[in-house]
Amino acid sequence: MGREMTAPLVVFFVLAGLAVIGAVSLILQKHPIHSALSLIVVMIALAGLYLLLGAEFVAAVQIIVYGGAIMVLFVFVIMLLNAGVEEHTSISKMAGAPGLLLVVALAGLVAATIARSTDSIQGTIETGEMSSTLGISNMIFKEFVYPFELTSFLILVAVLGATVLAQREKS
Amino acid sequence: MKSFLTTNAELVITVVKIALLLFIVLTVNAYLTWFERKVVAHMQSRWGPHRVGPHGLLQPLADGVKFLFKEDPTPAGADKFVYYLAPLLALALALTSLALIPFGPDPIHLFGQDIYLGIAPLDVNIGILALFAITAMGVYGVALAGWSSNSKYPLLGGLRSSAQMISYELALTMSVVGVLLMAGSFNLKKIIEAQAHHPEWGIFGWNVWPQILGFFCFFVAAVAETNRVPFDLPEAESELVAGFHTEYASFKFAMFFIAEYTSMITVSCLCAIMFFGGWLSPFPASWTFTHYLPSAILIPFGLWVIWDGMRYETISGRIILPGLGTAIAGAGAALILLPGVNLFIQGPFWLLSKILVFLFVYVWMRGTLPRFRYDQLMAFGWKLLLPLSIANVIVTSFVILARMTWGAK
Repeated sequence: MGREMTAPLVVFFVLAGLAVIGAVSLILQKHPIHSALSLIVVMIALAGLYLLLGAEFVAAVQIIVYGGAIMVLFVFVIMLLNAGVEEHTSISKMAGAPGLLLVVALAGLVAATIARSTDSIQGTIETGEMSSTLGISNMIFKEFVYPFELTSFLILVAVLGATVLAQREKS
Repeated sequence: MKSFLTTNAELVITVVKIALLLFIVLTVNAYLTWFERKVVAHMQSRWGPHRVGPHGLLQPLADGVKFLFKEDPTPAGADKFVYYLAPLLALALALTSLALIPFGPDPIHLFGQDIYLGIAPLDVNIGILALFAITAMGVYGVALAGWSSNSKYPLLGGLRSSAQMISYELALTMSVVGVLLMAGSFNLKKIIEAQAHHPEWGIFGWNVWPQILGFFCFFVAAVAETNRVPFDLPEAESELVAGFHTEYASFKFAMFFIAEYTSMITVSCLCAIMFFGGWLSPFPASWTFTHYLPSAILIPFGLWVIWDGMRYETISGRIILPGLGTAIAGAGAALILLPGVNLFIQGPFWLLSKILVFLFVYVWMRGTLPRFRYDQLMAFGWKLLLPLSIANVIVTSFVILARMTWGAK
């Protein structure tokens, strides 16, 4: 590698390593709570990567929404169900062969993409627009306002569905 | 060594600041327990701690020693890693959130450097968001402690805590939006400066007047987030023994305790900064004679402590209390003699006073209010606080929009 190790690069490798270790640990852990904790590590490492890209707002929201709210719900549900240690079944072995193939294919695809467009990827690191909250709100509420509102409508439908399902039948 | 200090001045200053803040916060925490016990005791017509040192002033020290030397058993079948991780997480997150609080507007000039009060630089653009990110993680300490103890009561405490924090997190975040809209920034310093638009308005320029609804929602939700009375269901002692920290003893218990008190301080800081003008004086800016207020409070208070100490029962009290009083009164007198220092401490003085008031309110509530029932807690969070805070956001946005459209300045 002909690149010198600058401080941001070192931080990047630490965070990326943390994310990968967390993701692998998420799969290998036997206990659901440990898996959930590993996923939290991944989320925080990703937030760190966003911060490194200068996207402060996205980093904070990543931790608040994913690290905080969603993962707390995961942990809550695991605790509520008191889920124990998982048992390995033979189905996971059957899934191994095609899974390995898919992993190789995906890794090849990612590697090929990175190898082809190194310059353009490095060029996008300087994103002044996305870093500020103003830029993000301009994008969400001006440029992409219809997709954004449609997505929130979709979530509303899901909330309504959950409410209907959770309702007790009237006797 | 010399060159290292000059080239890495910023790093060295930050490390010193962190050490200093840790020392101050931990000491304040210790004396907060004394303060709380005293205030609650007097509210209930008791004396509170008064055996260890004069007026029980050395009680926190005795408590600390007890925490350090107590036996520290780990419950059988506990998930060791998570069991040890939980108190560490709780304490680390609580202390980290304090790092983002700015304590004063002006830098100290020392060794050719401008040293600001507060660890994070004043221009953290996402200040308040970063704080919320840290507090959002805080729930794990409690939830994981409850789960990993392999015991029924802590598990129930942990579950309650998770549910409570999820419910109140929303109201907490929404209640702040009004303030953010008025300031147009996430930056804590800019939020304070936005409240000083009319320097002559003093106390009436603060956010608490237009945002009274937001303040109500914020304070209630914040008390719930810190698991304090009347929202202390996660550790309700009459039903859950001690809730999530039942199985924790010795210093691991102390870590939860310190985390809770540190969160109280953080919440008080946030209340003061976002709704009560932070380091701004409540008086109009032209009233310069109010700059002598710190001295006017410290000197009589110091004299009173001396007078009180003279008639104390024990010999040590008759030595320690007058000494303490002399130091307090001396500090007040020194402020009159050093106008530069006096001007500098105006900001921190007002911020700390406001923080103290909120800490007192915390203790006051603990001495006054009964605990919520669980269904009341949920109904209060979802059916009252959340709609109120959303209404606050909508009204605030429309007022701001109207002002922009029809241009009242």
